[in-house]
Amino acid sequence: MDLLLEGFATALTPTNLLFAVIGVLLGTAVGVLPGIGPAMTVALLLPVTYSVEPSSALIMFAGIYYGGMYGGSTTSILLNTPGESSSVVTALEGNKMAKKGRAAQALATAAIGSFVAGTIGTVLLVILAPNIADLVVKLGAPSYFAIMLLALFAVTAVLGTSKLRGFIALFLGLSIGLIGTTTGQARLTFGEAKLADGIDIVVVAVAIFAIGEALWVAAHLRRKPLDIIPVGQPWMSRSDWGRSWKPWLRGTAFGFPFGALPAGGAEVPTFLSYITERRLTKHPEEFGNGAIEGVAGPEAANNASAAGTLVPLLAIGLPTTATAAVILVAIQSYGLQPGPQFLDSNPELVWGLLASLFIANTLLLVINLPLAPVWAKLLQIPRPYLYAGILFFASLGAFSVNFDAFDLALLGVLGLLGLAMRRFGLPVLPLIIGVILGPRVENQLAEALAISQGDVSTLWSEPVAVVVYVVMALLLVGTIVAGRRAGAAAPGPEKKEEVSA
Amino acid sequence: MTVVVAWSADEYGAAALAHGAAQAEQKHEDLVVVNVTRGDAYVDRRYAADEEIARVTAAVKGLGLEVRVVHGVVDDVPTAVVDEIRTTRASLAVVGIRHRSPVGKMLLGSVAQRIILDAPCPVLAVKPDPEADLI
Repeated sequence: MDLLLEGFATALTPTNLLFAVIGVLLGTAVGVLPGIGPAMTVALLLPVTYSVEPSSALIMFAGIYYGGMYGGSTTSILLNTPGESSSVVTALEGNKMAKKGRAAQALATAAIGSFVAGTIGTVLLVILAPNIADLVVKLGAPSYFAIMLLALFAVTAVLGTSKLRGFIALFLGLSIGLIGTTTGQARLTFGEAKLADGIDIVVVAVAIFAIGEALWVAAHLRRKPLDIIPVGQPWMSRSDWGRSWKPWLRGTAFGFPFGALPAGGAEVPTFLSYITERRLTKHPEEFGNGAIEGVAGPEAANNASAAGTLVPLLAIGLPTTATAAVILVAIQSYGLQPGPQFLDSNPELVWGLLASLFIANTLLLVINLPLAPVWAKLLQIPRPYLYAGILFFASLGAFSVNFDAFDLALLGVLGLLGLAMRRFGLPVLPLIIGVILGPRVENQLAEALAISQGDVSTLWSEPVAVVVYVVMALLLVGTIVAGRRAGAAAPGPEKKEEVSA
Repeated sequence: MTVVVAWSADEYGAAALAHGAAQAEQKHEDLVVVNVTRGDAYVDRRYAADEEIARVTAAVKGLGLEVRVVHGVVDDVPTAVVDEIRTTRASLAVVGIRHRSPVGKMLLGSVAQRIILDAPCPVLAVKPDPEADLI
């Protein structure tokens, strides 16, 4: 508790408060805009880590992450186009509510539900992260190796519609992570001296998220404008409150654990929350026609999952979503390695970050509830202006890594890869997780084998490692069985949704 | 011969449409309503929803006029209007105009100005009249 109060002392300094405000404003803005998400924004802002204090930068990034979850709901409800992949489910009922003239109530239940879930999630994070770190610190290299393999496997096989596409993306990421001479011999450097140090992860993240998305949008620039539903000040009646609070709590209960597990992301818990609310509702006739429960539950779930994501990120150094992966890159660029020792060795940083999450959550409620109509105006910005700015910052960011034009060439090549991935429906998350975790998996494997002097059986010598392998095997069997069953039922045409990375 | 109205779903478009309809009635000519967008923003408030188009079409037909609506996504809005003027050999074009701040002039091009300068026929530039009963 003392640590948390000290954290508030860090987070409430004028500088850090300013960064929190910038973070939540930026986060809400990118959340509102379809196609631009928190992962891309944090990737574009990675160069600020060269000159800004670690605590300030992380507070800003966390604000962007939380803000993105809030902003996505505005677009879902008013436009029927999800601003974020985590708000896809919100659009189902939220837009129907808006069409019935209940947009104000939908926005209010989304914002207040996000606040409730974000606060509960952050409390759970504060309680859980140190305890998990204490457990994890006892693990050896074989267990780490197993946990990271599980994370790679889970984000690839559990998420997304096509396992094949997931694994293609994963192996692309692992290959990019292999480039360099860290092991002593040159791998995939093609005799190019500048590749000897490997490709900087900042360049990969900016290229895949920003350049790939900008090229993709440029290829689909002209499209019929969407009908936006005008809205006033969000508010809720007493009966709306009565129908919302239970879905908020249930949504939180779905969101937090799913965020904390490496099967992460907000898509699964928001969907589960929606199904649950539809089954439990006392107003089944309203589902499909704008039921407030169908907005309250999923919106709570996606914010709780954002808090949950930070548990493995801080306690194990394991990213489970694209945004968490880029935040991990930011932490690493300070020469810090999240994991069990991270909390003990950087208490000011970690507790300042956790305290700032409470502040960010409150700020988001304050700026989102009255300002929803203002945020919706962002959607009127012509995309060429937006993406010109994104390309500029992307090039600046990539160049500032080494002040070397070679990185700009890499940026272009990887940006084309990002475009191709979007064109062929490859998910981005396995690639970026592969690039980040690939080298670390290799390190843990090398360490485990060095300690055991080359005896491979060391890999299943620890109970935690064995449990993790069993979980992986179950997941594998589960996906194969599910795949068979889905294959038996005629596979429907894949629906391409425009969502952000 | 026709009267072409550059119509946007706001008060300026409404003024243009009201004057355009009056002119078409006087001249016994058909009305062509052009409502197009570049489609490069997620939301373009000046681009009318389909229901709005239906409402306007019905209102103009109620005045006893033949009306055709051009509604869609184009590369360039003024070019699309001027092309429509040329292909229908219009006798008159009607646009709504507004004041623009110096900053607005720097940031935004003017659709009305380009139509006025590029159209091969006379162009009637109108302003919204807050007291008029508009379509």
